Amino acid sequence: MSRLLALYRRELALAWGRGGGPTNALAFYVGAATLLPLAGGAEPQRLAAVSIGAAFAALALASLLSLERMFERDYEDGALDLLILGSPPLALTGAVKAFAQWTANGLPLALAAPVVAAALGASFQLAPLIAVTALLAGLAMTFLGGAGAALALGARRGGVLVAVIVLPLYAPPIIFGAGAVSALAQGLPWQPPLLFLAAFTLGVVALTPFAMAAACRNAAA
Amino acid sequence: MIAAISVQNLSISRGVRRLFDRLALEVKAGEAVMLAGANGAGKTSLLRAVAGLLRPDAGEIGFQDAAGSEIEPEVARSDHLHFAGHQDGLKAQRRAGEEIAFWSRWLSGSAGDQAAAIETYQLKPLLDLEVRVLSAGQRRRLALARLKLAPRALWLLDEPLAPLDAHWRSRFGEEMSVHLASGGLILAAAHDPLPVPHRVVRVAG
Repeated sequence: MSRLLALYRRELALAWGRGGGPTNALAFYVGAATLLPLAGGAEPQRLAAVSIGAAFAALALASLLSLERMFERDYEDGALDLLILGSPPLALTGAVKAFAQWTANGLPLALAAPVVAAALGASFQLAPLIAVTALLAGLAMTFLGGAGAALALGARRGGVLVAVIVLPLYAPPIIFGAGAVSALAQGLPWQPPLLFLAAFTLGVVALTPFAMAAACRNAAA
Repeated sequence: MIAAISVQNLSISRGVRRLFDRLALEVKAGEAVMLAGANGAGKTSLLRAVAGLLRPDAGEIGFQDAAGSEIEPEVARSDHLHFAGHQDGLKAQRRAGEEIAFWSRWLSGSAGDQAAAIETYQLKPLLDLEVRVLSAGQRRRLALARLKLAPRALWLLDEPLAPLDAHWRSRFGEEMSVHLASGGLILAAAHDPLPVPHRVVRVAG
C-alpha cells in the first residue's frame, strides 16, 4: 500500500511539475470553448442552446492533452521496467497512475466545466450537475486514455495515435454526461443518464487497468 | 531468498531473428557470471528474460532457494532480484533525493538502507540537484544505489560500469564483492571484465 501511495505522490509531482500540467489543460479548455461563439455566432439564445454540448466536447479534447505522457516517460527512461517488476500487480500500478493523472488534470477540468458552460450561457442551476457529470466523465476518459496511452507506447508521434484510439471510446461518457445535463435543463428525468454514466465509469475503472497492464508488458518485451 | 538460478534450453528471438538457441546457464550463491558477446548477441535480452520482462520462445528459467526447492518465479522477480538496465530509470525533472526516496519506498527499503546507499555511493552532495543536471556517471551511481536500497539476492546488471570513472568502477567492484560474500548472485552483461572474480558465459547465435 505504501508503495502505491509513493507512486501516486510521484505521479502527482510529475504532473504538476515543469512542463504545464493542469494549467495547460485548463487554458486549452477555456480556449477551445471560447472558439465556439467566435465560430457559431454570439447570439445568447443560440449559444445557450449548445453550451452544454460545447462544454462537454471541449472537456473531452482538453482531457486528451497530457495522456500520452502517462506511460511514455517511464517507458523512455527505463523506469517502466522497474514498475513492472515491482510487487504490486501491474494493473493496480496502472490504475494508480491513471488516478493520479485524473487528480492532476481531470479534477481541475471538471471544476472548470460549470464555469465554462455558464460562460457560454447555460443556466447556473445546472452547475452542480455539470460538475458531477464532468467528474465522472473525466474519470472514465482518463482511464480509457490510460489504456490508449499504454497501447501507443513505442509508437512515433504517439500523442496523435492516442487521440485516434481513444476519441471513439469517449462517446458514451459524452452522450450520458451531456444527456443528463440537457435532460435537467429541459425538465426531463436526468437520473437515468447519470446512472448510466456512473455505471460506465465504474466499468471502465474496473477493466481498463488490465488493458494498461497487458499493453505495458507488451511494450517492455 | 534466491540461492541459485538455472536456465535451460533457452531460445530467444527478436522480431524474426533468432538470437540464441538452447542456452544453458547456472548461477549459484556467491558467484558472479559475466555475459559476453558481440553487440546484438542477446545479452540484454537474456537479462530481461531472467527478469521476466521478455518472454522466451522456449526454455525454462528457474529460481531455487538454499534448500534447493523452487521459488515461485513471480515472487522471485518482484521480491528477490534487482534489475539495473542500461537505462537509469530516473526522472530528469525530479531531484536526486526525491528519486532515492521514491525508489526506497517502491522497493520496500528501510530508512537505514537508504542512508547506507547514500553513504556508499556518496550521493549526499547530489541529493538537492535535479537529475537532468547530473553527469552520466553520477546518474549511474544514483541508479546503482537502488541495489542497496533494499537487500536482494540476485543482481541483474546491464553494462553497469559503462559510464563510471576508474575510481567508481573499483568502488562498485568492492560493493559487488561484499554482495557476493554475503551469498548474493550477480549476472551481468558487460564488454569489459568485471572488477570481481567471475565466470564468463558467451552468448552467441
